[in-house]
Order: sequence, then structure tokens, then C-alpha cells
Amino acid sequence: MKTLREVPCGQNAKVTRLTGEGPVRRRIMDMGITKGVDVFVRKVAPLGDPVEVTVRGYELSLRKADAEMIIVE
Amino acid sequence: MSIKIALAGNPNSGKTTLFNALTGSNQFVGNWPGVTVEKKEGKLKGHKDVIIMDLPGIYSLSPYTLEEVVARNYLIGERPDAILNIVDGTNIERNLYLSTQLLELGIPVIMAVNMMDLVEKNGDKIHINKLRQKLGCEVIEISALKGTGIREAAEKAVALAGKKNAEPAVHKFAAGVESTLDEIESRLDDSIPERQKRFFAVKLLEKDDKIQTQMKSVPDVSDVISRIEKEMDDDTESIITNERYVFISSIIDECCTKNRKRRMTTSDKIDRVVTNRWLALPIFAAVMVIVYLVSVSTVGTWATDWMNDGVFGDGWSLFGLVQVPGIPSVLEGGLDAIGCAVWLKGLILDGIVAGVGAVLGFVPQMLVLFIFLAFLEACGYMARVAFIMDRIFRKFGLSGKSFIPMLIGSGCGVPGIMASRTIENDRDRKMTIMTTTFIPCGAKLPIIALIAGALFGGAWWVAPSAYFVGIAAIICSGIILKKTKMFAGDPAPFVMELPAYHMPTVGNILRSMWERGWSFIKKAGTIILLSTIVVWFTTYFGWIDGQFRMLEDMELDHSILAAIGNAVSWIFIPLGWGDWKSAVAAITGLVAKENVVGTFGILYGFAEVAEDGSEIWGTLAGSMTAVAAYSFLIFNLLCAPCFAAMGAIKREMNNAKWFWFAIGYQTGLAYVVSLCVYQIGSLITGGSFGIWTAAAFLLVIGFLYLLFRPYRESSTLRVNMKGMAKAK
Repeated sequence: MKTLREVPCGQNAKVTRLTGEGPVRRRIMDMGITKGVDVFVRKVAPLGDPVEVTVRGYELSLRKADAEMIIVE
Repeated sequence: MSIKIALAGNPNSGKTTLFNALTGSNQFVGNWPGVTVEKKEGKLKGHKDVIIMDLPGIYSLSPYTLEEVVARNYLIGERPDAILNIVDGTNIERNLYLSTQLLELGIPVIMAVNMMDLVEKNGDKIHINKLRQKLGCEVIEISALKGTGIREAAEKAVALAGKKNAEPAVHKFAAGVESTLDEIESRLDDSIPERQKRFFAVKLLEKDDKIQTQMKSVPDVSDVISRIEKEMDDDTESIITNERYVFISSIIDECCTKNRKRRMTTSDKIDRVVTNRWLALPIFAAVMVIVYLVSVSTVGTWATDWMNDGVFGDGWSLFGLVQVPGIPSVLEGGLDAIGCAVWLKGLILDGIVAGVGAVLGFVPQMLVLFIFLAFLEACGYMARVAFIMDRIFRKFGLSGKSFIPMLIGSGCGVPGIMASRTIENDRDRKMTIMTTTFIPCGAKLPIIALIAGALFGGAWWVAPSAYFVGIAAIICSGIILKKTKMFAGDPAPFVMELPAYHMPTVGNILRSMWERGWSFIKKAGTIILLSTIVVWFTTYFGWIDGQFRMLEDMELDHSILAAIGNAVSWIFIPLGWGDWKSAVAAITGLVAKENVVGTFGILYGFAEVAEDGSEIWGTLAGSMTAVAAYSFLIFNLLCAPCFAAMGAIKREMNNAKWFWFAIGYQTGLAYVVSLCVYQIGSLITGGSFGIWTAAAFLLVIGFLYLLFRPYRESSTLRVNMKGMAKAK
């Protein structure tokens, strides 16, 4: 099982599922990271966290700990 | 009867620009009751009876963030006559997600697709007719920045508001979800009007715990929920969110044609440099240095000095040509001429004018800072600040954006506190407001110089240690506070949009600057003015030879303030400086921290002392030990800030309970730290072990416990919604 956290910079991944629960998960989904969507990992912040991804045509930043909730293929 | 139109949309969709264009100068800015979320409403230009309500920028109507809860309570409770939904055309997919939720409310919706000029520039196309057909609502192309399409959108919204009843939402979810929703709808009773049933059904299906307070009777739908969750192997909240995006994906290709050969936009190019792995931190440092140098060191100081020493001081010269006298001297002359009573003259000059001066003195500097903040926010860099600094600050329960208030706070805490406005998350913002003034501000430097000079022979380490204490206080407070009940309630997900860079308009920046500056004058001004007058009164009145009268400058030791100092000085005995002079000095420090030095001067018999109080170094060294002096220094650094900063805290907290909690926490922390420093310091330097020493060790242990105790991040938003919009 691969999570978004493990996707290296500059690569695409397709979301298969979200784990976890509560507000963070809902927020991630509200922002457009849902089943089947393509996510492009764009860059990592200078201090190593958070990461910046492109999803549904815009830029989103999320923490690595939260990226672990996103299962990709 | 007046018509109410709610302006709703995602953050960064150009909502503020549109609101300003629609209402012009006809705005009322305030806060939603009891919370720190800004509330703006205004009259539509050319329509006296149309009120536009600017809702907070939101991504969804979920129950998890303060802004979203405020917005949906307004929409459900107040039921505006129409919703003007602004949608960013360059980012339409995610923006439509909120639209699908707004369309279910049963309120007429008109959609304004913004930034059409940018969409065209990118070579993309949005087929408005298709969008209209698929969403079942009126859609209009606009550019809020250029002002195109705005009038049309407003007129259509007004016309739509007249109709009252909305068409039912046309977008549909998967068949299984739809049949479940139908079943829930059938269980809702008549207290919910037909056109709102879908909204409530969706919310019940989502297990939204905040919706039930808006309903008269809540049907039990747990069986339906567990059935569909089993069927679709997911929880209902995710099912609905998914369904919305599935719907949007299904219409997006028909509604938009994207330019295939997409070149890198200017925004992408900027971002490549600005958040580059190696360049990001140097660029960030450079931006911060510029902000600090201009708004604190140079222009800001000139402006403040001009205000304090010129307008409210000895006068100033206009372009070196005309000498304009200061307000106090003009007034003094006038009051002398009419033969005003001495006490009244004192009240006016030393009480009221000094108080007004204290309020207005901060304004020019603040306005300079607010221009920067407005620019950084509007152009999109502020989001990158949070992105770059998040890793460091989140450990202490703060936001990456907390860096700016703290940096500014090292110059002056008042604009520092006001700068916390840029932090969206309520918890991070409150934490920042509470801890910003721990950083030694410019006015605390004379106290540091006094103590360092008098007791430590001007040792080099005293000043750096003061900053170290300040930073340590912020870090420890962040860790301790985020585990307390007051803060543990609210989740703080950091899932943040990084908006495209764009050049903000001058009008919007000036408006933002003025709104913030004015809210400081209005809301913080009263508390500053009143407290200055109270302290003036207690300083200049007192008993001499059994007679109550007004005092001369040098008779301070007979004043009411001295009596208060005497009465409370015992509190400070465990801190090592229990004599009334230190207590009085600390109290006058509340007016302005630099007063501490001047008060010591007067109490030790000098009418005027240098800024670092070098005249009294010898006397002070004779009256307290080095450890006691250091404890005094720490107390004054950490305790409740000056009245101006307290006014700013009150303004920004927008809640009496939180204001007193902040002041109480700061003073309590100052007391505990000073006590520990004095008691343990005395023990090390050869003092005896007493009951207070034991207390100090216990406090250290308690402090360490609070610091290291385990805790779990909460996942529910506990907002007290009393007094907010109630269901009708």
C-alpha cells in the first residue's frame, strides 16, 4: 500500500482511497483529493515539510503526516 | 422591504474585490458575534434597499472550521433572498464544489464566474450556457478586477431575489445515494420547508453533528446510513464529498475547454524561484528584513516619532519652513489664556491628550505595516510564508504565519498583535495574540538597559538573555497552551491552497490598510484612553499632610498610586522586589513600558533621568540584589503588556473571556517565572532554603509536567454559537 507521502517530487499518482477520519480527512476531500483523482507532487518545502501538490488544476500544500492518509496506486 | 444578498465563494476567488466594487464606500465592517471572524456588509451601489453580506471565504459547508460554520449558520438561519456565488474561472473545478452545496440550500443562486480575463489569456474557454444548463442556475462572466459584468451580475441577483423561491437543485448523485436521500427526505417533518429538505437530508446523511441544533425535530436515520455505508464500503461523509466531485468531473469537460499546450504561467515561474528549495529561505529573510526595516526601523519610527514628539510633543517643522507647534503646547496656551483650573488642565493635557496621543501615536507606523501585510496577502506570498515556516511553528501550536507578528512585535507589540489578523486559523491566531508580546519590544529595551547597567555592570549577556527568555516563553506557552482545554478543542488542519500570484490593486490595499487601522483606533482606542486617564489620576492625586490634593511631579510618593503600590507590594516579596517603589514602577509600566525607568528616577529623587536611567544605577544597585533585579526584569518583560497592546489584544480577541484569559496567563506566567528565577537563583548564590524555594521547585515540576504531558489532537470544532443565527 503506497501513500502520497512516498511519491517522489515530480511524479503523478492516482488516489485510490483515503484512510483516517474527522476534520483533516474531510478537509483533504473538500479540497478535491478524492477517489480517482490525479495528484502531481510538485515540491517539498525548504525545511522538508509540508509538500506542494497540483490537484484539479490548482496548487495545494499539505503536511507529510496528512499525506499518509492518502492511498495512491 | 430591504433585500439581502449573500456573497459566497472560495478564498482567493476575488470575493473582496467584487464586494468592494459592488458596495463602494458604503460598508460596515465588524465581527460575527463572539468570534474573531470578520463580518462585512454594505449597500449595493445605486440600490438603497439592497444589502450585500460578504460571507467569509470558504471551501465547503462542513462543520469543521469557524468560517464555514459562521457562513452556513447565516445561510440557514437568516436565509438571504439570494446568493451571489463567485467562482474563480481559472480554478473552476474546485470552486464548483462549494457551488453544488450552495445550490442545495433552496435559496436562489446566481453564479459569477470571475477572472474571465485570465481564463482567456490562458487560452481556456468556459461555456457559460452549458454551465447554466448543467447547474440549473443563472451564470454570468465577470472580471472583478476590471469591473466587467459586475453590474449585470448585481442586477440579476436583485431580480432573482425578488422571486423568493429557488428552483430545486438539478445536479444528481449516483442512483443509490439519491434513493437514500429520498428516504431521508420522506422522514423529515413539516417544520422543514419543501425546498430545504434536500439540504437537511444531505447533512443528516453526512452525520453532520452541528445541523441538529438547527432543526426542530431530528428523525433517526442511522439505519439508512449504516445500510448505504455497507453498500458502498465508505462512510457517508466521504460518499457525499466523492459524489459531488464525480458530478463536477462529469460536467467539466463539456463546460470548459482547456488549452492543451499549456505554457508555464507567470505565477508558476515566480513560484519556482520563491519557494525553491535553496532560495526560499534567503528570499523569505530578505522580504522580512525589508518589512521590518521600513515599517519598524525607518519609516515607521519616523512616523511614530513625528506623532509622539511632534504632533503630541514639542511641535514639528513642515518641510523645514514653518514650525508647527505640538498639540499640547497649543492647548496649554489656550487653557492658560482662559484661566483654566490646574487640575482640569492636568486632566486635559496629561490625561486625555496623552491618552489620545498614545492611541494615535501607533497609527502611522501601523498603517505602514498594514500596507505591507495587505500586499503580501493579496499577492499570494503570505500563503507561501506559512508553507515555508510551517515546520518550525506548528510544533508550538502556532502557524507559519505567526512569524510576522513576532518579528513586528520585537519593534512594537501593538502592530505585532494587529498583524495576527493574517492568520486564518482561529486557534493559531489566538495563540499568536497571547504570545507575541513576550518578545521584548522597543519600549522594554530601556528596562533591560537599566537593569543591565545598574546590577550587572552593563554585562553583554543581559540583553540577549531577555530575547532568549521571550522566545522560550513563546515556545513553552505554545506547547503548554495547545494541550489545555481552552485550545485543545479545535482542530487545525494544514491543508492550504497556494493561490496563484497576482498583482493586487492599489485601491484594495489601501482599503485593507484603512479598515485595520480604523478598527484599532475605534476598538482599542477606548481602553487605552480610559486607562491612561485612570493612571494619570492615581499618579497626580494623593494625600499630603492629611489633605487630598493634586500633586507636583516630585511628590509621586504621596500619590494614590504609591498607596496602591504599598498595598500590593507584598505580592512581589517572593519575587525578591517587594518594596513599593518597584511595584509602582511596574504599574506605571502598564501605560508604556519605558515609563518604568522614569518612575524609578522620580522615586529616587531625580526629576528626569536618561533613557537607560544611568543616574540611578547606584541607588538601585543598593536597594536590590542582582537576582532580584533580574527577576524584576523578567516580570516586566513577560507580564501584561502596556495598555495600548492590551487594547489591541482586546480588539483582536473580540471576546472578554479570551481577553482576560490572555492577560491573566501572561501575568501569571511572568509571576511564576520570576519567582522561580529569584528563589532558585538566590539558593545558588548562597541563600537559604525556605518555603518559597520549595514552592519554586514545585512550580518548576508542575511546569515541566504541563510541558511534557501527553495529549491527543482533538477532531471536533467546539464553537459556542449562542447569539449567532438561529434556525427559523
